[in-house]
Amino acid sequence: MNHDLLGRYEAVVGSDVIDQLKQLAHHLKEARVLHVNSTRYGGGVAEILKSMVPLMEALGLSVRWEVISGPEEFFKVTKSMHNALQGFPVEFTEQNIKLYEENNRREFEKLEKVLSEADFVFIHDPQPAFLIKFMPERKNHWIWRCHIDLSRPFRPVWRYLRNIVSDYDASIFSMPDFTQPLPHPQYIIPPSIDPLTEKNMELPEEEVMGVFDRFGLDPKKPLVLQVSRFDRFKDPIGVVRAALMAMKFMPLQLVYAGGGAADDPEGEVIYHEVLAAAKDHPDIHILYLPPEAHRTVNALQRAADVVLQKSTREGFGLTVTEAMWKKKPVIGGDTGGIRIQVVNHHTGFLVHTPEGAALRIRYLLFYHDKRLEMGLKAHRFVKENFLITRHLRDYLSLMLAFISGNGERIEVEATG
Amino acid sequence: MEEANLFHVKDCALVSISTGIKAYILAELLEHLKEVEVGCLYYHFWARQLRPSFDHPEFHNDFAAWAHRDLHDWVLAERLNLIAPHEFQNLEELREELINVLEERIDESGDLPWRKAEKPFYFVKSQIVVLDTGRRLSHPKELKDVVPGFSQGSIFYHFIDARRRTPDRIDDFRAWLMAFAPRYDDLAARLAAIDPYFLTLTEIRQQLSAVFEDYFEEEGA
Repeated sequence: MNHDLLGRYEAVVGSDVIDQLKQLAHHLKEARVLHVNSTRYGGGVAEILKSMVPLMEALGLSVRWEVISGPEEFFKVTKSMHNALQGFPVEFTEQNIKLYEENNRREFEKLEKVLSEADFVFIHDPQPAFLIKFMPERKNHWIWRCHIDLSRPFRPVWRYLRNIVSDYDASIFSMPDFTQPLPHPQYIIPPSIDPLTEKNMELPEEEVMGVFDRFGLDPKKPLVLQVSRFDRFKDPIGVVRAALMAMKFMPLQLVYAGGGAADDPEGEVIYHEVLAAAKDHPDIHILYLPPEAHRTVNALQRAADVVLQKSTREGFGLTVTEAMWKKKPVIGGDTGGIRIQVVNHHTGFLVHTPEGAALRIRYLLFYHDKRLEMGLKAHRFVKENFLITRHLRDYLSLMLAFISGNGERIEVEATG
Repeated sequence: MEEANLFHVKDCALVSISTGIKAYILAELLEHLKEVEVGCLYYHFWARQLRPSFDHPEFHNDFAAWAHRDLHDWVLAERLNLIAPHEFQNLEELREELINVLEERIDESGDLPWRKAEKPFYFVKSQIVVLDTGRRLSHPKELKDVVPGFSQGSIFYHFIDARRRTPDRIDDFRAWLMAFAPRYDDLAARLAAIDPYFLTLTEIRQQLSAVFEDYFEEEGA
């Protein structure tokens, strides 16, 4: 057990939380756990795994994290599947299917040994989902972890994927709203952020204030920020429009800090669309950050007065969680997991239009005390509900439930 | 002291499982309520404090919260909010009471059964994983030192979930103190005054800790 790492978490979340994790992990110390996803850098899934895997290891579990690879065409197909699963109609051809399945077959050949040796196999999102089809005689537990809002999928693509994920022993969704009828238990586990990572740790004041110089920002003007990939579901154009509308009433500056992920080939196209919408406005700053710019994102979030996440579709919205952890109220789109984090007048505001976002920007910049109070409430809410320690507790509980039977109440004996 | 008379400190964690059943209107909610597993009632009444939720317990169950926020029927929300699950012998009786309240409200209001809620009600069930921590207390005085370090799961198990398990529908602390009666009757009365339905788990822990500390300091003085 890595007591140093556990001690660092304990300093943030308290000893009661860590003691409970140790208790749960003690009953699982023989279990071998494997996570498989499609990128090691960029995006919420990779970030969660980067924290989750060492923490599981620190508790004494045997854990592996494997990443499938593939040519650019493969990731174009899976990005298209991703968009379709969030409700965007796409062309999904036989050739796409062949490419997807063939790539999974090649990856299976590389991973066969570890896939068969693990007791619990967590497959994240659709990219590696087809791996299960090559192990019909498996004896271990396969769990499909869906990080996507599946509430209104584009049906032709969902029908195809449903036939694959139906083979799993269980699936995990971030919210009940995201589930679809499947022939196995669907667990509800919201994702989380890690308070110890570069993206969320405390930073020296000079580093936070340094972003103003670094990105040509005015330290005297209020800073409104959205951090998201250049993805149409994050509504970057709507964000620019909201800022322009609010600027008519008060001085402010907008930073849209985005980036790409290795499994998202669409980012650059959207980036250029956003640049065009900003029309070289001196108070609108569009930043294309590399995936490893975690510390910069952290500093920007801490320097911001108000944070936006004006998504029209969202899996969970970890950037919302990050901003709330830094005591910022968030103006978020009324969609997906943003709804369970942003509570009107408590931790921020839910909006439906650029006009709504513009109004709430003005409100929060006008009421200084209210903004600070909401930020504190947001921080407490994240601390109790959306840190990696709670996320891990849910995973460990799920695994214990799995090996202990399907009863409503599972009693685990003391271990002496 | 015999093992059976010791206080067994337990911890628990909740696993939430979607049933895939949802209701957009009150008539649908009523129909589903008649059929869903009783585990759903446990989740929506008892387990809500153990899962991520912003709500300060203004609403004591998810049905009341949905009626208020998404169906916008304040009358129904108030009536549902008054239902105290520990007053029922079992979850089937609780289900019957819920059905009665919904049917009564449907009879009173013409179009309400068909009014579409802003967001559907999702029926979720839960599994509770109960862990024996191995820690045993032999004297009530020890509660003063150990309760402040209880996890939220331990607080939930001993102070809320206990009301479903114990014969008198009380928390585990009071149930244990009865074995020492009448010596700790005053302490039991103070514990009874903590209403779990108006507090978060963190607040319950704070109040329990304060009660134990005050009581045993007074006793020692």
